[in-house]
Amino acid sequence: MGEDTDTRKINHSFLRDHSYVTEADIISTVEFNHTGELLATGDKGGRVVIFQREPESKNAPHSQGEYDVYSTFQSHEPEFDYLKSLEIEEKINKIKWLPQQNAAHSLLSTNDKTIKLWKITERDKRPEGYNLKDEEGKLKDLSTVTSLQVPVLKPMDLMVEVSPRRVFANGHTYHINSISVNSDCETYMSADDLRINLWHLAITDRSFNIVDIKPANMEDLTEVITASEFHPHHCNLFVYSSSKGSLRLCDMRAAALCDKHSKLFEEPEDPSNRSFFSEIISSVSDVKFSRSGRYMLTRDYLTVKVWDLNMEARPVETYQVGAAASKSRSPSERVTRFFPAPPPSASVIMTGAYNNFFRMFDRNTKRDVTLEASRESSKPRAVLKPRRVCVGGKRRRDDISVDSLDFTKKILHTAWHPAENIIAIAATNNLYIFQDKVNSEMH
Amino acid sequence: MLSKGLKRKREDELEKETLAVDAWWLGPRPPAVAQAPPAVASSSLFDLSVLKLHHSLRQSEPDLRHLVLVVNTLRRIQASMAPEAPLSPVPSPPPAPGAAADSLLASSDAALSASMASLLEDLSHIEGLSQAPQPLVDEGPPGRPTSGAPPSLGALDLLGPATGCLLDDELEGLFEDIDTSMYDSELWAPASEGVKPGPEAGPGKEETLELDEAELDYLLDVLVGTQALERPPGPGR
Repeated sequence: MGEDTDTRKINHSFLRDHSYVTEADIISTVEFNHTGELLATGDKGGRVVIFQREPESKNAPHSQGEYDVYSTFQSHEPEFDYLKSLEIEEKINKIKWLPQQNAAHSLLSTNDKTIKLWKITERDKRPEGYNLKDEEGKLKDLSTVTSLQVPVLKPMDLMVEVSPRRVFANGHTYHINSISVNSDCETYMSADDLRINLWHLAITDRSFNIVDIKPANMEDLTEVITASEFHPHHCNLFVYSSSKGSLRLCDMRAAALCDKHSKLFEEPEDPSNRSFFSEIISSVSDVKFSRSGRYMLTRDYLTVKVWDLNMEARPVETYQVGAAASKSRSPSERVTRFFPAPPPSASVIMTGAYNNFFRMFDRNTKRDVTLEASRESSKPRAVLKPRRVCVGGKRRRDDISVDSLDFTKKILHTAWHPAENIIAIAATNNLYIFQDKVNSEMH
Repeated sequence: MLSKGLKRKREDELEKETLAVDAWWLGPRPPAVAQAPPAVASSSLFDLSVLKLHHSLRQSEPDLRHLVLVVNTLRRIQASMAPEAPLSPVPSPPPAPGAAADSLLASSDAALSASMASLLEDLSHIEGLSQAPQPLVDEGPPGRPTSGAPPSLGALDLLGPATGCLLDDELEGLFEDIDTSMYDSELWAPASEGVKPGPEAGPGKEETLELDEAELDYLLDVLVGTQALERPPGPGR
């Protein structure tokens, strides 16, 4: 790419000293829909921005199906809890698309307390030629109407309309951290720190509590729920992760209240690595099922782990996210889905890190690469250059020293297109979309 | 926080941290503590954790995940600081040079327990305000859905989102709000003198910690990864 090292250094420090980011613009979640045609982002200001992929046209071969803004709407507003004198943030914690069942698209968006179902429809035709109203909509003077006409649908500029169809409120005492749509397409679950509720998409005035880990005495609280997800194929199975680093697979057929897990996935603590921070390090920040439903992917402070549903004792694969495990401090919080590669099994894992880096692990070759999402290091359509973080000793020209990593810049939210090599990376208030090129150097 | 390539000196960092702890406790500290050698890793760790916990508790709506992780870490540290340390593989601290040091350790354990107990009590007190009623789930047969009492739920649901928290409390719980103990900063006064057990308890624990002070601070902050991006606590937040 022919970067000038000096320029990069200057830009690096410029970014650090000037925080021009409006807090409300900070992206808090990113999610592709099931076809990958639409990409939704939620931000701290309670807004949802939906991008649509432009169809590839022969006239503009360079466009290559780029994503443009499709619709923007205010999903959540800040609220005030009068009883506790607390403000409820409007920040969008999660967005989940519903499977498309007709011409309209639907998605669920949630903040800390309330989940909303939005319907997104397109309008590209407009009826003209009303008998009683004129073009501006004003009632006609009936005495001027001498003949009847049939209104005709005429094309108009595309208008995207978003309307709230359901509001699922008052279901959670604590902060909602996950929502997951069931494969039955009728129900979904929402999880907060201590409880998980099951909702029906059409019913807003009641929900079923299916997991409750709140102790009778709050002094005994030692563990909270950090994430949860339904199995992609079995509508009775779901998993939730905890702050202690364990995963619990629950079967809703076993009992109405799934406090007792069906399977517990936990890696025993390595006694040689034990420290005061073992628990903090092992706290799972996100869990996702693979597309096949056979595997789960989890993210904790230092690693990304792949678990086989058939083996509870330990993960089948572990990837270190830091440059060097012992000195690594490059974790992040969100984990992406598997990449449905042409080979039958998913092959590449991606996760975010500090300094606007993100890491990709190839499960087959066991190779990994660190890439950066920033304006300075990537011009539009330029090929990303792998970055190296060096711990000490010899340092190559373009390496970043581990001490100069910027820990205020973290990539928390990433998403992978369900079918193609397209990834969306949210870095603070910027959204980067990277596509795979045929002659790319990515492993 | 770090300028590029620059490393802070360990002594500088500990100094800063000690000063910060001083200001926080608002009270006179025993002179012995101020002269503690820099290598008091685990007690500084404890202070750091306690600072974070108190900061978290002071926020009107504490982040449960953050709280739980910090409290669990504190418990671990406390357990390892106790004379019998089942958790930590590190050998017990070297014999204290004098009886005075022994009594300091003994009293510090008691004070530690007291401070931990009061901490947890505070936590439960705050959480008591946000208890969900769900009496049906607790009392009745397990697994009853919350819709088991449709009339009451329906009535509650007709209220706006702001009053949804009425779900949380029993009637008596409404009056718990009057108790101001959670705003009391004297929480730390009785415990402050005992929290630093002295240099003897510290050095043995250092080897178990691969990370230094600055990294601990970051680690604890990472628990709430988005905390760096959050608005500073203001009135009502």
